[in-house]
Formats: sequence, C-alpha cells, structure tokens
Amino acid sequence: MPSQREKPWRVATVTAVKIASTRVKLFTLELPSGGNFKAGQHYDVRLTAPDGYQAQRSYSLASSPGDTNLIEIAIELIDNGEVSSYFHDSVEPGQRIEIRGPIGGHFTWKPSHTKSSIFIAGGSGIAPIISMLRHRYAVKNNSPAVLLFSVRTEDDILYREELESMSDNDPSLQVITTITRGASKDWIGNTRRIDRNMIDSALVNTGVTPESAYVCGGSGFVESMANTLLDIGLDFKQIHIERFGP
Amino acid sequence: MINDNFFGRRRSTPTRPVPPGQYLEDGFPVLSAGPTPRVDISTWDFSIEIAGEIAGTWSWKSLNSLEQTDMHTDIHCVTKWSKQDTNWRGVAIDTLLADAQISPPDGYVMAYCDGGYTTNVPAKDLMDGKGILAHTYENEPLPAEHGGPVRLFIPHLYLWKSAKWIRRLRFMEKDEPGFWEGYGYHMYGDPWLEQRYTGD
Ligand SMILES: Cc1cc2nc3c(=O)[nH]c(=O)nc-3n(C[C@H](O)[C@H](O)[C@H](O)COP(=O)(O)OP(=O)(O)OC[C@H]3O[C@@H](n4cnc5c(N)ncnc54)[C@H](O)[C@@H]3O)c2cc1C
Repeated sequence: MPSQREKPWRVATVTAVKIASTRVKLFTLELPSGGNFKAGQHYDVRLTAPDGYQAQRSYSLASSPGDTNLIEIAIELIDNGEVSSYFHDSVEPGQRIEIRGPIGGHFTWKPSHTKSSIFIAGGSGIAPIISMLRHRYAVKNNSPAVLLFSVRTEDDILYREELESMSDNDPSLQVITTITRGASKDWIGNTRRIDRNMIDSALVNTGVTPESAYVCGGSGFVESMANTLLDIGLDFKQIHIERFGP
Repeated sequence: MINDNFFGRRRSTPTRPVPPGQYLEDGFPVLSAGPTPRVDISTWDFSIEIAGEIAGTWSWKSLNSLEQTDMHTDIHCVTKWSKQDTNWRGVAIDTLLADAQISPPDGYVMAYCDGGYTTNVPAKDLMDGKGILAHTYENEPLPAEHGGPVRLFIPHLYLWKSAKWIRRLRFMEKDEPGFWEGYGYHMYGDPWLEQRYTGD
C-alpha cells in the first residue's frame, strides 16, 4: 500500500475558538504539516482520559482546501455528548488534540468535475458544504450552484454573513435559507422544511438541472432530502450524502 | 496523549468489551453514501458469479424457501459506534453454495448492490456460518434504510462490509478494492485490530 495513504494519529494545536451560534463553536487547528484535503472530507479526533479511556469522533473540514496547515471544524453541542461537550466546555486555544485524516472520498466536491451542483444542508451539516462553497469561490468556479440551508432558528444560520457575501458577489450562486421553527416577524425567507416545491423553484430560478447533489445533516433529514432528489429525477449516482447523527 | 479535563461520559459497562475506538450505541444509526434505493421485491433476484459464469440465481421466494439461519451478535460501524446483542435472520452463504451445488471457492469476493455500491471480502470470511444474506432484523423485515430487503451480513468485520441492498457476489482470484476501499478504507476491516483505513 502506498504510504502516503496511511493515516497516523498526529497532534494538532488549537489556535482559535469562535462562538458561531448558541450550539456551535468553530475550532481552528494547526496541523504539524500538510493540510491538503478535498472539500467534503473529514478528520477523526481522539480524546484520551488520564486512565487511558479513549473516545473518537469524526468532524468535517469546514475550511477551504488550500495551501495552509490550518483547518477549521464546526462542532455542534449535543446534549450529554461525550466529545462535543468536551470541545465546548474545555477546549481553548493552545490546547493539543490528536487527529488523523483527511478521510473520505465520495462526499467530495471538485471544481474540475462539476458542471452544476445543488447543496442541501441541515443545521451543522453546513460544515462540509461551506468548505465546498469556499473552495468554489476561491477558485472562481462559476458553475451554477444552489444551496438550500435548513435551520431551526435564525441563530442557527451558520456562516450567514459569509454566505450572503458569497452569493452577492457571485451571480452563479443562489443561497436559500429556511427557518423551520420560530422565525421572527422580520424574517422574509422560507419558514417550512425543505420540500420538493422549494427545490423545484430553486432549480427553475437557476435554470439548470444539477449534475451533482450534496446533502449533509442529521440522518432523517438526509434520508428525506435524498428521497426528494430521487423524486425530482436525479439519478442515484448523482446524489452524495453525509450523515452526522442518528 | 492525555487531554486535560477529559474523563469520558460514555463509559457504560458493556456486556462484552467493544473493539478499540468504539462506543456503545442503543439506537441503530443509518450509514450509506447515497440515497436508499427503491427495490421491487417481485423482480428482485440474487446471484453468485464464479469465473465469469452465473453459478446460481435466487428470487425472493426461493431465498425464503431455503434453510434459515439466525445470528445473535454485536455489530461495529467504522464511524465509531457498536451495538450489542442484535438479532438477524437470513440465509447462510454456505446454504446458497450448497443449494447451487458449488464447492466453496478460495480467494476473494466482490459484493454488488442496488445503487452501485460494492465491497470486497476474502471468500473464507463468508463461509462456515460467518456470512449470511440477512432479510430480518429483530424479527421484523429489514428496513430499507438498513439494507432491506436483503443485505449481506458479516458481523465480524466493520459494517461497511455488510453490503446493503445486495444483488450479486462475484468470486475472484485476486483481491480488489470496493467502493470505500477505493477511497482509502481498509481492504479487510477487522474492528478488533482497528483496521479502519489503509495502513491500519
Ligand atoms: C463523517 C462524519 C462527519 C461529521 N462531521 C461533523 C461536524 O462537522 N460537526 C459536528 O458537530 N458533528 C459532526 N459529526 C458528528 C460527530 O462525529 C459526533 O457524532 C457528534 O459530535 C456527537 O458526538 P458526542 O460524543 O458529542 O455525542 P455522543 O456521546 O456520541 O452521543 C450523545 C447522544 O447524542 C446522540 N447524538 C449523537 N450525534 C448526534 C447528532 N449529530 N444529533 C443529534 N443527536 C446526536 C447520540 O445518539 C447519543 O444518544 C460527523 C459525523 C460523521 C460520521
């Protein structure tokens, strides 16, 4: 086996922690070397207790692939979550964390291979998708793209300003956000769950049938979105999915 | 490397140990790379291919008419969760080979599925009751999102080897990577050796 494919555990240093919403924090990690990856991939993280007990979890890379050994991960606090609550409660800049990666290859977006894309994110499922959109923006890829982003409350709209500025500056990108619970009176966007109608009208506006679809979020969300994409006529092989939770 | 202030909240006392790096899950999370395929049981069939020839084909009905095998076992997903004491029913690969009057070939097997998923396993890992075509989970028809109507089930390996929506097993002399294996996941996938990725 080629050795560059091996994924040894390495120690990364946390360089920044940012509160992104009530439930999500962004962590910037500095890798000892080589930050190369494909947008959509994830890293595994391993925590070790003083008695040797260990826990591992996966976190998608939210940053854009590029010439840097800094990576960003977005971690949602899960009630009683073993690893997410440790990150939220105890991880501060300067701390060291064991990581291995990058991992995964099916749920990846490459500018060279893509004519048009639809991205569908539920909550923290935006993490690998913002990486794809950042990458797309950085390389000035202007293949038509639509993002449908479903969140519970306005506070959960991660990367809001960045998404707005990307779509303002890039006519080939359309961003549609929907707030499924408790939208304020001032919210002028959608307030229902993403359904076939919402996808259909987004695609009518862009005028293209997407060549590839990327869906990420909780398992139930992903299952129902993938089904809807099959319903509107996408082929099985065009639909890429990543499930975060049960 | 020890993480300050990390003590671990999920230290349940399992009935049996779990493999390294795994935690116990009560639910049954769903993992797959694409949508759940829509399988029509009336036209569904399963076949075994050896040396380029179809050596046996079974319909849903003929599969159910064969001797059924129960498995009570723990399962381990490479995304880190394990689940203990699960109950499965299906048809042993041994039973299928006997039904088709084939002597168990050596070498490797590629599993092919609805939706285009593939995965590779050594042939011997399917024999002697180690691999079944499962259609029943906890006395209910296997739900589609967990691979129903029929999935390959090889619980001593990570669950990605237990290919959902199975349609064909192809015996081959040399090992070849399947879907995840081509993306850097381990060719064998023994959870007890923590063979998650290439080189593990
Ligand atoms: C490929 C991959 C990429 C991932 N990327 C990200 C990411 O970018 N950001 C991120 O926040 N998470 C991501 N996850 C999920 C992450 O790996 C953990 O599962 C999550 O952080 C919960 O871990 P925990 O130890 O805090 O909770 P646990 O202690 O494992 O679980 C506590 C309880 O919460 C439930 N639970 C676990 N996860 C969720 C969830 N997501 N939603 C609701 N309930 C849940 C469990 O079933 C359990 O009952 C990813 C998962 C995978 C497989």
